[in-house]
Amino acid sequence: MSDAAPLLAAKGISKRFGGVQALKGVELSVAPGEVVALAGDNGAGKTTLIKIVSGVFQADAGELRYEGSAIRFANPQEARRAGIETIYQDLALADNLDVGANVFLGREPHRRVLGVPVIDRATMRAEARRSLDVLDIQLHRYDVPVRTLSGGQRQAVAIGRAIYWKARVLIMDEPTAALGVPEQRKVMALIRNLKAGGVGVIFISHNLGDIFEISDRIVVLHRGVNAGERATRATNPDEIVRLMVGG
Amino acid sequence: MSAPLAIEAPRARAGAWLVSARAWLFLILLLIFFEIWSRAALHVTFLFNGFNMQSIGVFTVQPLLLALGQTFVIISGGIDLSVGFTMGFAAVVAAHVINAAQPEIGPAGAFVVGTLVALAASAVPGLINGLLIARLRIPPFIGTLGMFGVARGTAFLLAGGTTISVNNPPLVFIGTQEVGGIPAIVIVTVAFLLGLHYLLAQTRFGQYTYALGGNRQAAVRAGIDVRRLTVSLYVLSSLCAGLSGILYTGRFLAGAAQAGEPLLLDSIAAVVIGGASLFGGSGTVFGTLIGALIIAVIQYGLVFIDVEPFWQFVAVGIVIIISVLVDQTQKRLGGGRQDE
Ligand SMILES: Nc1ncnc2c1ncn2[C@@H]1O[C@H](COP(=O)(O)OP(=O)(O)OP(=O)(O)O)[C@@H](O)[C@H]1O
Ligand SMILES: [Mg+2]
Repeated sequence: MSDAAPLLAAKGISKRFGGVQALKGVELSVAPGEVVALAGDNGAGKTTLIKIVSGVFQADAGELRYEGSAIRFANPQEARRAGIETIYQDLALADNLDVGANVFLGREPHRRVLGVPVIDRATMRAEARRSLDVLDIQLHRYDVPVRTLSGGQRQAVAIGRAIYWKARVLIMDEPTAALGVPEQRKVMALIRNLKAGGVGVIFISHNLGDIFEISDRIVVLHRGVNAGERATRATNPDEIVRLMVGG
Repeated sequence: MSAPLAIEAPRARAGAWLVSARAWLFLILLLIFFEIWSRAALHVTFLFNGFNMQSIGVFTVQPLLLALGQTFVIISGGIDLSVGFTMGFAAVVAAHVINAAQPEIGPAGAFVVGTLVALAASAVPGLINGLLIARLRIPPFIGTLGMFGVARGTAFLLAGGTTISVNNPPLVFIGTQEVGGIPAIVIVTVAFLLGLHYLLAQTRFGQYTYALGGNRQAAVRAGIDVRRLTVSLYVLSSLCAGLSGILYTGRFLAGAAQAGEPLLLDSIAAVVIGGASLFGGSGTVFGTLIGALIIAVIQYGLVFIDVEPFWQFVAVGIVIIISVLVDQTQKRLGGGRQDE
């Protein structure tokens, strides 16, 4: 797996927030059909790294390569256009908008009424429902603000939004943290499906069971630097934990 | 396959509908109240008097126009304190330009040029507001408060401290005449309002305005250019104020720097009474329309039944507080997630 040419690679990435050096010369790559787990204790820099990859932050140093050539994402829109979808740890939902509006935010479809283009809310809801069906999560209503949904339902909306757009790289920052056990299994099955479809997946989790079940490769960060990288088949949880705590 | 997860979500959509139903109901009760009072005290009808209804319509126009722009800004999580004097500024500019142009190019040409120049001039304070807020991250309250002073001073300077009479037939027609029994100024305003409703409820621009007010971060990550959106919103707000100023010159045959002075608070009140949250994320054009009508009916009605004019302030203030209280109570009882 890891000898396939990487679809997306981050090389020598550094990022400083004021006095905090969040990342220092970090490397991360993912190949088509590969699932890479990004592990590390709290504050290790995982979220910062994937926010750089998805265009939210700009790196102070280092470069991104996508399909073999250097690329810069000035904003999340550019990353999404290139086929990189991200499920953020903080979900990034507009709480006052409904499920359909959140799934389609920034990409609303239109229909015409007497020749005048209007946002097609019915289609947005129907499609949102279909993408949540994949996770086997059904809501009674799709026209309520997501503020009124439970934590797990909201997480499902964020996942549904990312998978609806048929990404080539899917980045998931703790996507199952708020989900019940059956829904967690659905997400794992979903990742397996995407992998079979050739999608590159970067999967951040604190759950070693999930990491070992789903990933091909594990990249460990510790205090903003690469602490190690292992093929999942060739390592064990004890070794990963040792890397995570910097041992 | 496990059973699908199905959790009942509160009917927040119905909640939004209820807000406007409640405001309509309140408006109807107000009209009934004034009808009963004027029949009992003055032995005349309030409601079935065409002149009263026309006057209320005309009376609503100026605060409503300011409130419509304010609606977009408030939904996006901002506020525009500069609208009153932007309106005065536009009124003065319109009067000056029309007076200068009319002898040269005639009334129709002067009307077109004066209107366009006044609108363009009114866009300037909005553009500056938007840039201050979007680029320099100045809080809207402070940025537009500064612009309140700048627009006020500029308007008085341009006016030379007086009001500028203007007599332009097309503008006077819009400001003072009727078409089919409906004041032309009301027709213009209603057409403009329908356009804004479309913009807010049916276009991406409107959708992104809600998203910006709901969660700025989410809007950014969805790829929305929130800076450009913010600038557009403040420009829209000041264009609404500009239109209000232009119509003012048609209605009063004069441009005056203080044209919009008392209207700022009324405009914010109309938006809030119409169901918008000052924290952003909610509000509608029709809600604001009802809010503006409620305020106008209170103000006009109290004058009609001969109550001392100062009671208007008290009454409108009470209505603002009640509408926010009722809104919160309703949220607690029915729609939406409750606060912790
Ligand atoms: N926007 C920001 N501004 C300032 N500092 C930040 C910002 N985002 C992250 N940091 C800092 O960067 C470091 C790495 O944070 P990051 O969120 O990437 O960690 P993480 O590995 O995702 O942790 P967790 O497992 O808790 O989610 C932390 O010290 C954090 O305080
Ligand atoms: Mg994180």
